[in-house]
Amino acid sequence: MRVLVFGGVREIVGSDSVEVELAGGATSEDVLNALAAAHPALGRWRPFLRVAVNRQYAPEPTRLSPGDEIAVIPPVSGG
Amino acid sequence: MQDIVKIVREKINPDEILASVADDRAGGTAVFIGTTRNHSQGAPVEYVEYEAYEPMAIGIMTDIARTARFRWELFGLSAVHRVGRVDVGEAGVVIAVSAAHRAGAFEACRYLIDAVKKDAPIWKKEVYAGKQTWVGL
Repeated sequence: MRVLVFGGVREIVGSDSVEVELAGGATSEDVLNALAAAHPALGRWRPFLRVAVNRQYAPEPTRLSPGDEIAVIPPVSGG
Repeated sequence: MQDIVKIVREKINPDEILASVADDRAGGTAVFIGTTRNHSQGAPVEYVEYEAYEPMAIGIMTDIARTARFRWELFGLSAVHRVGRVDVGEAGVVIAVSAAHRAGAFEACRYLIDAVKKDAPIWKKEVYAGKQTWVGL
């Protein structure tokens, strides 16, 4: 599944989206675990990352469906 | 009057945002202008760069605006955030509201900026001499 990444997470993974292998029935929490496993530098940030599904914050864990727009949201700092 | 919620690349002109909420029924208008400051945590800042997950940021800001408009019975509401490089002294965000009375205008403006800062998927990178940091990460 393609996962959009932003800000500091985008810089750590070196791209604005990443392909994450997920089994059927995967949840938003699985996305964060897979991403942290593939990029150990993200490990310490793992507790602070949120997942958005179809442009809404997903309460964790949320079951994902094919075609969902998935994004990893690092701590926000707008304003 | 419709809420105005935008993410822009160009400089924000606060006068235009203020003008956009003008309403003859209003007895109070409040504006918040968030600007890039020249220092952070004791170090001089050269400029900041904002990045947004734009479609989601617009959605969240629109929801926040709808809540504020309903709660404080606002007449006009504009919330504009800039992305890209924002130099010291320039506005990164401008929020303006008009309401019947000053209390509603102040409270709504405060609520809007706080809610945008808490939930809008927008990120700020501070650039110092020779280094840069994502705020919060």
